[in-house]
Amino acid sequence: MTADLFSDFQQDHFALFGLPRRFALDGAALDTLWRSAAAQVHPDRFASAGDAEKRIALMAATRVNEAYQTLKSPLARARYLLRLAGIDTAEETNTSMPPAFLMAQMEWREAIEDARHGHDVDALERLSRQLRLDVRAMEDELGEALDEQHDHASAALLVRKLRFLEKLDQEIGDAIEALLF
Amino acid sequence: MALLQITEPGLSAAPHQHRLAVGIDLGTTNSLVATVKSGAATVLPDEHGRSLLPSVVRYRDDGRTIVGFEAQAEQSRDPNNTIVSVKRFMGRGLADIQDVGRSPYRFVDAPGMVQLVTRAGHKSPVEVSADILKNLRERAEASLGGELIGAVITVPAYFDDAQRQATKDAARLAGLNVLRLLNEPTAAAIAYGLDNGAEGTYVVYDLGGGTFDVSVLALTRGVFEVLATSGDSSLGGDDFDHRIYCWILEQAGLHGLSAHDTRLLLTRAREAKEALTEHADTRITAVLADGQTIDLQLSQTTFHAISKTLIDKTLLPVRKALRDARIGAGDVKGVVMVGGATRMPQVQKAVGDFFGRPPLTNLDPDKVVALGAAIQANVLAGNKGDDEWLLLDVIPLSLGLETMGGLTEKIIPRNSTIPIARAQEFTTFKDGQTALSVHILQGERELVSDCRSLAKFVLRGIPPMVAGAARIRVTFQVDADGLLAVTAREMISGVEASIEVKPSYGLSDDEITRMLSDSIAHVADDINARKLREAMVDADSLLDALDVALASDADLLDDAERAALDEAMQALRDAIAAESTKDINACSHRLNQASEPFAARRMDRNIQRALTGKNIETL
Repeated sequence: MTADLFSDFQQDHFALFGLPRRFALDGAALDTLWRSAAAQVHPDRFASAGDAEKRIALMAATRVNEAYQTLKSPLARARYLLRLAGIDTAEETNTSMPPAFLMAQMEWREAIEDARHGHDVDALERLSRQLRLDVRAMEDELGEALDEQHDHASAALLVRKLRFLEKLDQEIGDAIEALLF
Repeated sequence: MALLQITEPGLSAAPHQHRLAVGIDLGTTNSLVATVKSGAATVLPDEHGRSLLPSVVRYRDDGRTIVGFEAQAEQSRDPNNTIVSVKRFMGRGLADIQDVGRSPYRFVDAPGMVQLVTRAGHKSPVEVSADILKNLRERAEASLGGELIGAVITVPAYFDDAQRQATKDAARLAGLNVLRLLNEPTAAAIAYGLDNGAEGTYVVYDLGGGTFDVSVLALTRGVFEVLATSGDSSLGGDDFDHRIYCWILEQAGLHGLSAHDTRLLLTRAREAKEALTEHADTRITAVLADGQTIDLQLSQTTFHAISKTLIDKTLLPVRKALRDARIGAGDVKGVVMVGGATRMPQVQKAVGDFFGRPPLTNLDPDKVVALGAAIQANVLAGNKGDDEWLLLDVIPLSLGLETMGGLTEKIIPRNSTIPIARAQEFTTFKDGQTALSVHILQGERELVSDCRSLAKFVLRGIPPMVAGAARIRVTFQVDADGLLAVTAREMISGVEASIEVKPSYGLSDDEITRMLSDSIAHVADDINARKLREAMVDADSLLDALDVALASDADLLDDAERAALDEAMQALRDAIAAESTKDINACSHRLNQASEPFAARRMDRNIQRALTGKNIETL
């Protein structure tokens, strides 16, 4: 029975939405595709159906949401593309980074620390905006590496770097919340 | 855009009798029940024409339980046995309740959730809430002239898993079939959006009696997508009453009041708050038990000054939600005000100032949540509405696990669209380790002690291996009610352990069944007849749904599969004709199993139909 259960769901996330397997992605198009898929399978559509259909709908809606959330986030999308290519991004184990990047990280941390101690929410918001610009620039590089140069090693390094930036963004968010709450 | 057409999988092919379904707003201060009648959502009033039911339950010395206005009127006389604002205690342990001293109740700490000591015995907040829900169910059944097929119950968006589960338990205890738990701001957005044809990014600011929620939603044609939600599950209109109460104590130099006097002055405080919504000042008078007379004048200006910090406190979650949604206050097209407490002019002004635009107050803030819930209930019950829409909601708080060193590892981040599942692999850290304990947490903080503990369970029977060799996959699944189920599986041996996240605080199914049988109201209802009717209704809708499915997608089955399905359907029809609850349930179960592959293939086909021909180039 499970053999043909979601035969089409064995596809990768890109194939599920009929999108080409690449980093560059039209976010608005993905949103539209997700909404139309979600509309078909959302458990609300099966609230008065039998248990079997309810169960299947929950699985299918979960699957569609997982695919969407993976593709929506550039970092998750890049990590997923690399995984499909058989590359482990080794974010937990491989922590060696270029010295310049590490230096920049320390400067970021100090700036966040200063703003936190100064109870300066506006400064933290500014840092957050600046960081998001940096993230965007790095995502462009990631697109180059994955779609144009097909350079998996560089892409994996960029994923690790972006993971660092994501953590910084989280720290800024936590600091803002700690000051506000 | 023809591909966007939505099939109606649960709907019957034959014209069906309107299925009675209601939306219930189970509020801290007031509760309401609403339904859709002739296409329009409407609140069902009581026999005196009153829409609101005060969420007050009194356990009287004659053994009767009374709910609503009558109980509210008697609360000063019998404060210990008259439970108000019980919603604040749902799914909470004694340690969670910040204002134990402020309540006139005696609490006992029970596993996971407090209980209140009343003359009717120890009452769990679930039972007290069930008494409120039962009253609303009876009101609805009397008014609609039939049994309800189900109800949508609203919960604050910021309710955690424990509070949601407690609410669902209360509904089941009240004899309600829960079609869905729906977040209050989302319910309000449905009522507002469908009424106004709204498009764009909206914020729902929902300040109720005891809870505050804020949700950021993207409204596009037919889709209500929650982008982010935040709030404070112990902040509401009650706190404004309490500020006035404290002011009275200070002005009159009172301290060490009895439960009776406390309740009396809290009532006067609430009345003063309501008066100040329309008047520049108000007079507060009361005669205490010892004969002392209170006579004070409170102005709007003073009230605003003493309640300002409460309003500021609501703006913090607003900022957090905007940040999570990655938008600024200027991107918001409208702010919908929900909850009776948003009637206070100083609240409207603060929200207007924050967003730089006057908030939308054209819907009754007391009713909008119940109306939205009724609209959703109508659709979930299978009554076709004029519009089809899709609701995409999120979880309000991150879900995670305890890892080494008392730290939390987040598995599902807050504001993830539900339903959602995430798996994480863990391994053993000792040679020969045969068990692994899993501690499930909810919250944003890094330390386990700062998060809410939802459940603990142990995966046993892992075959002894060297440290680090076992691969234990822990899967979190959050359903469309926002409720979590967790499974852990050792991938090499296949040993599995799973848990519905409730035993550490909720009621077990057995307990609910026992409470149901204990309940006098239900004995009178005749449990057996009710069970038969429920089984028949469920079986009928299962058969109807399959008939519709076969009419459109029978080609997905080969002859043998079709024959097996037909046989199982006939068996169920025979069981219905024989009116045997046991056989109906057994045959329904068998039919459900037999139709699972068919359901899966249809689901595939539906997705493919929706997406075929749609790719980046054609959009």
